[in-house]
Amino acid sequence: MEQTEILYQYLLHLGDNSLIQGQRDGEWCGHGPVLEQDIALTNIALDLFGEARNIFAAAARLKGNGETEDSIAFLRDVLQYKNVLLVEQPNQDWAYTIVKHFFYDNFHNILMTELCNSNNADIKAIAQKSVKETNYHARWSNEWMIRLGDGTAVSKEKVQTALNELWEYSGEFFIATSIETQAEQLGFGANLETIHKAWTKTIDEILLEATLEKPSSTFFQKGGKTGIHSEYLGFVLAEMQYLQRAYPGAEW
Amino acid sequence: MEINLEESFQNKIDNEIKIEPREWMPEKYRKTLIRQISQHAHSEIVGMLPEGNWITRAPNLRRKVALLAKVQDEAGHGLYLYSAAETLGISRDEMYNELHTGKAKYSSIFNYPTLSWADMGAVGWLVDGAAIMNQVPLCRTSYGPYARAMVRVCKEESFHQRQGYEIMLTLSKGTPEQIAMAQDALNRWWWPSITMFGPNDDNSPNSAQSMKWKIKRFSNDELRQKFIDATVPQAQILGLTIPDKDLKWNEERGHYDFGTINWDEFNQVVAGNGPCNKQRLKARVAAWENGEWVREAATAYSNKKQKREEHKIQAA
Amino acid sequence: MNQNEWPLWEVFIRAKQGLNHKHVGSLHATDYKMALENARDVYTRRLEGVSIWVVESNNLHASEPSESESFFEPAEDKIYRHPTFYILPEELNHM
Repeated sequence: MEQTEILYQYLLHLGDNSLIQGQRDGEWCGHGPVLEQDIALTNIALDLFGEARNIFAAAARLKGNGETEDSIAFLRDVLQYKNVLLVEQPNQDWAYTIVKHFFYDNFHNILMTELCNSNNADIKAIAQKSVKETNYHARWSNEWMIRLGDGTAVSKEKVQTALNELWEYSGEFFIATSIETQAEQLGFGANLETIHKAWTKTIDEILLEATLEKPSSTFFQKGGKTGIHSEYLGFVLAEMQYLQRAYPGAEW
Repeated sequence: MEINLEESFQNKIDNEIKIEPREWMPEKYRKTLIRQISQHAHSEIVGMLPEGNWITRAPNLRRKVALLAKVQDEAGHGLYLYSAAETLGISRDEMYNELHTGKAKYSSIFNYPTLSWADMGAVGWLVDGAAIMNQVPLCRTSYGPYARAMVRVCKEESFHQRQGYEIMLTLSKGTPEQIAMAQDALNRWWWPSITMFGPNDDNSPNSAQSMKWKIKRFSNDELRQKFIDATVPQAQILGLTIPDKDLKWNEERGHYDFGTINWDEFNQVVAGNGPCNKQRLKARVAAWENGEWVREAATAYSNKKQKREEHKIQAA
Repeated sequence: MNQNEWPLWEVFIRAKQGLNHKHVGSLHATDYKMALENARDVYTRRLEGVSIWVVESNNLHASEPSESESFFEPAEDKIYRHPTFYILPEELNHM
């Protein structure tokens, strides 16, 4: 595959995770457990969409064929999205939402830190901006894991259940696709093993402090990064893309 | 010579000196303010729902983030207002309880459904526009914390109206379907927006006292007229028709004449029979009840942590 | 009042280097970390701050409004605290 195409696909990997996670977070608006947390989660969603926009804009410039941040976000079908399975899982309740964020935010933060060393100017710039935000996101989710894990018996049970159920989605980040392997070889992508080590260290520390049990299974679901998604993504996209599909070509 | 507390209180107000927390105030002033501020706060929070509805369906990324930011602002406004009300001796939980049990009201405009993307335009342009008209005078209201909260709110609100109007503008220059969408939204939101200013002055018994205490600075009819006068030219720029056949410039008065408001519909909505009253309240109650275990967990953790620190200090 | 209600915190923001912290409002949080984060989310969304202080409302002590006469007015009599009380030769310039 040509280098530009590899870079383009790699950018989609990065952008789709934030796009879909942001989309799930947007569903919480007006329904959070506390007003201040509604605002916190919305802030995070805004950061994620902002990052996705930067990434898709860079991808569009790369193609130079009239693609825009919006055509990339709204006009692909399920099989063309490259996000991990984790971020498309439904919100369900605060416990599931926090666990998803716990896994994603720590990965995202370490990834962006690594990408500050990318040899691609666009990626480097995006990472330098994102890392200030992802730092905050990871802090927020880690603190919530601890509050829920070490809160009441009820909260411990709920968050442990969510942790156990979502655990099988926490490994896909580190299963390199051929795009990610090539991206790393070409110097603009991050090394997933390094990230995995750092991520595991943080996860272990937080789970210990949260008095939660780390699931022991070593089986992890994968497929999202190569377009083989869960059944959830179709519905997420149907909602997200509906206006662009119903009124093709319209300006908004 | 003793100055009567009520007199010196009214003196401050007459001289534009702000009343601050814990200062002496008539009980009725305090109660009226709590009611007004908390209902304003509830309106912001409930108002997040009709617009929050469209966040996942916004037509492009720029509109999506702008809408998210707007709804987040509304949450923030609710927070500033709850915060101001709490200085008067009521807790946020008590205020939520009043909302959830129907004791406290919120602006009836939010009991209407948002059916198309154009509604995001109409709501920003008309509903936020009407709100601004109400809120700017309140920046000079007599109670300090309320006035300061309103200054903050007004600074942020103008972005909301511009966003809404820009959406309408874009639609009005778009495809025939988009133009029809915009006109349809205007048709549905116009009359509810002008009833946001409340009943006619001769039907508002509490207004006089509120004006004396500078909790209210202009009458309902004055603000309504001001809003209509400002909005008609804006609709003309959009090339859209306001659904009022009696709307006409009156040279003598120097204002627009407008048609009779359907107060029956307004009263029905206020009484709980609007299209979305039940759903709005249900959503808020659900968020509260489903969030109970989360709030308890955070409190429990905080208490545990405190005890641990205390033991550490004792052991040292 | 609900036993479970989160404590109230008062928020102070320094808008720019060189300015004092100003009281901007209050919010509910269970610990100071949450209070700081919430304050950042609510009160600095438009870059209105470089520094945040949060104090649990219980720990904020205020003077009594009803005692303001005996508390504040005596200072009015002590005009020697103000620079304008002192007449200095003009040659001194700007003291």
